[in-house]
Amino acid sequence: MKFDTPAADNPIDQLKIIGQPVSRIDGPLKTTGTAPYAYERHDVAPNAAHGFVVGATIARGRITALDTSAAEAAPGVVAVVTAANAGPLKKGNNNTALLLAGPEVEHYHQAVALVVADTFEQARAAAALVKVDYAPAEGAFDLAKAMDGAVRPEKGDGMGGAADTAVGDFHGAFAAAPVRLDATYSTPDQTHAMMEPYASTAAWDGDRLTVWTSNQMIEWGRSDLARMLGLPKDRVRLISPYIGGGFGGKLFIRADALLAALGARAAGRPVKVALHRPLIVNNTTHRPATIQRIRIGAGRDGRITAIGHKSWSGDLPGGGLETAVNQTRLLYAGAHRLTAMRLATLHLPEGNAMRAPGEAPGLMALEIAMDEMAEKLGIDPVEFRVLNDTERDPENPDRPFSQRQLVACLRLGAERFGWSRHNPKPGQVREGDQLIGMGMAVGFRNNLLMKSGARVRLDAEGRVTVETAMTDIGTGSYTILAQTAAEMMGVGLDKVRVVLGDSSLPASCGSGGQWGANNATSGVYAACMKLREEVARTLGFNSKEAVFADGEVRAGNRAVPLAQAAGAEGLTAEDTIEYGDLAKRYQQSTFAGHFVEMAVDAATGEARVRRMLAVCAAGRILNPKTARSQVIGAMTMGVGAALFEELAVDTRHGFFVNHDLAGYEVPVHADIPHQEVIFLDETDPTSSPMKAKGVGELGLCGVGAAVANALYNATGVRVRDYPITLDKYIHRLPEVG
Amino acid sequence: MARSHDLDINRREVILAGAATAVASSLPGGAEAQPAALPGASGPSHATVSLTVNGVIREIEVDTRTTLLDLLRENLQLTGTKKGCDHGQCGACTVIVDGRRINSCLSLALMHEGQSITTIEGLGTPDQLHPMQAAFVTHDGYQCGYCTPGQICSAVAVLAEVKADIPSHVTDDLTAPIALTEAEIRERMSGNICRCGAYSNIVEAIVEVAGRRA
Repeated sequence: MKFDTPAADNPIDQLKIIGQPVSRIDGPLKTTGTAPYAYERHDVAPNAAHGFVVGATIARGRITALDTSAAEAAPGVVAVVTAANAGPLKKGNNNTALLLAGPEVEHYHQAVALVVADTFEQARAAAALVKVDYAPAEGAFDLAKAMDGAVRPEKGDGMGGAADTAVGDFHGAFAAAPVRLDATYSTPDQTHAMMEPYASTAAWDGDRLTVWTSNQMIEWGRSDLARMLGLPKDRVRLISPYIGGGFGGKLFIRADALLAALGARAAGRPVKVALHRPLIVNNTTHRPATIQRIRIGAGRDGRITAIGHKSWSGDLPGGGLETAVNQTRLLYAGAHRLTAMRLATLHLPEGNAMRAPGEAPGLMALEIAMDEMAEKLGIDPVEFRVLNDTERDPENPDRPFSQRQLVACLRLGAERFGWSRHNPKPGQVREGDQLIGMGMAVGFRNNLLMKSGARVRLDAEGRVTVETAMTDIGTGSYTILAQTAAEMMGVGLDKVRVVLGDSSLPASCGSGGQWGANNATSGVYAACMKLREEVARTLGFNSKEAVFADGEVRAGNRAVPLAQAAGAEGLTAEDTIEYGDLAKRYQQSTFAGHFVEMAVDAATGEARVRRMLAVCAAGRILNPKTARSQVIGAMTMGVGAALFEELAVDTRHGFFVNHDLAGYEVPVHADIPHQEVIFLDETDPTSSPMKAKGVGELGLCGVGAAVANALYNATGVRVRDYPITLDKYIHRLPEVG
Repeated sequence: MARSHDLDINRREVILAGAATAVASSLPGGAEAQPAALPGASGPSHATVSLTVNGVIREIEVDTRTTLLDLLRENLQLTGTKKGCDHGQCGACTVIVDGRRINSCLSLALMHEGQSITTIEGLGTPDQLHPMQAAFVTHDGYQCGYCTPGQICSAVAVLAEVKADIPSHVTDDLTAPIALTEAEIRERMSGNICRCGAYSNIVEAIVEVAGRRA
């Protein structure tokens, strides 16, 4: 189905099942531990040997000697795979560095060997016997030092956009502005820290490879793994029904999958590999650190006349940008605009996507800058944003937003949160020993359209089976795809079964960039439209008149049970949603207002989040229960980004020091209060027949700055370098009276 | 056993022999629990452990290095208990041992001779959910599902801890009966990381179950 004109009324609009807060259909499996994850496939690979990965202990250089003899002789060892015996391997299209190093080492903890043994204990013990000698080379590891040599990348922002943009005369307008802000912010390297380690079980059948893995993007993964191994794509099957968190880290094939495949080939039996937790941070990808300079000029009336945003980030040679300025091109009005991104070469592990790449760190900076500017202007932070709202793409006023309810998000949020109690002068509100502050920020994330396929089957019992290579990374895909099929076919949710995460099924958009829900359900919508036509044709109904409801198809005075229409053989339909140019004609984006209240101990500086509210406008909400969970989870990650999360760089040896879950601090129960989420009523007929967009990343965008602004409002101490840890503000707290 | 080893190996053998004796003496019917033949000076050894898992007595020969977590996941194929970090940092591997929750990754299987282990599979099944499992579904107290078995085992044990008046870091009065406040729940559950960030919903699920019990 080609979606190239805005959606009219369609069966989804009935909202009998879509839009209802139903509980996840995979809930009983997940809560009983019976949902199978990648390393747990005793059912399909009962005799799998265990692989343990050895990581490089230099950041850059060459392996001069690699002695595996002791490991090979160790008890239980079946095989040791290194670049020397793995055969030719190509780099994946989606990887910057090779997944198996040798002789060149490109980053710390890049895999240099896989030790395969009968048991995990044997593999781990033998891995410690692999002896590697290196000739280390010099590298660049410090973004602040490397930024002067950073360049404008030839491939632009890596997503088809330019690295630099300019409208009007930014420099002239900024210089002439009566009120100006020119400030520099920094965000640190961050790690996804999903709970399930990167893990794969691989088995060969002749030259056919099956990998049970934990991957967000089945089709990309299959292509890239085939490419790495030099196999035709159709010889590789990826199966990933349950994914223990991804957050962008599992968008691509990583060392676990490749090494499991190589290990299984060498061992002549299935092999499973989980990257051990202390290896993950430096072996895999991370969100790159940024340094961002923001300049805003405004009239005394609060209207922005000039807005400039420049960002620096680093990556390995051949890598890409953290696109931290992109939201600034679209978010606020202002006639004179400038954005720029510069890429430094750093020899740290590979930088890549993490939840809301670009916007998450970009808004952490921009939305502090907006808070600072509002204060300079003496305008309430909510009003300052309302004043500079724009209904059109500010770089191209001929291009409207498809929907833009940002002001409504802010107004409703302010009302519900009690923003009228916000004291514009910081450090004024005390409750006992606590300094209390409120902060807010805007959330913004674009809606992305990706083609997505699905197959639906109707059987003789009247049951519907949805099959697509879509993934559920905790987002609720199983449930919303079932809701879509149930709504379309007029059956109850209990009549729908959903099969996901298998590359032998129709290729899907996968999970990333908050595009999964809208595109994957639209693929199911397209397949269901075809199936409805099949049913109508079989029954001799006019498909335009046929009504699918209560397990029946009705037309005129005839009503036939779906089961009967399916016949003994059943009916099957497959289709793919594809998109025209609506996203070019209309800017499709999602919006939020984030509100946070902080309490900071006046004496110790201990900062706690007390209240959080997000008001989101993001198209049709397909399932308010799972959508809300996406948003509260993202808000939680935003608290981590604001207050705790930082990969500490060893700038001498070039690695992330705190490479486990004790050293890299993510929010825990005690850090997170009850969270409130409100979704505005919205449908976006330009986005898809579902009229939905996405929320999974919107929920994160802006949260860090809302926390930072609340902490400033509580204490009067402005910190521009994330995370806002105690050491950065305790010495600047007001004297304890 | 060979006698040509250095002092380190001798010390290891002493420990092994001690462990084997302890295991053997506690086994029903005097079953022998000799370490498996050592294939070399650095080779691993095996021993038999007997424990109760979800009400079933299990007698298993394990590599002495095997954690309780890997015994469950690999030897017994009870994969509901998750390995998130293998270092006691995330709580995904939480199980209940003799009524108290522990990180099963921080504990060797052999240390649990004669003990009773409850895993997520022992709490309920998809067709017959434990009230805590049902509450997690109702309140959407999970997303990816990987930390979920650990959260649920922890939550069940937390309610028992509070009922037994075992204080936590945030308990104000150590002598009074403990009130199950949200602060108590959050403090006690903080060893169970959920990166998807379902905390707000998890607390609501636990409150609901606690309320139903009260």
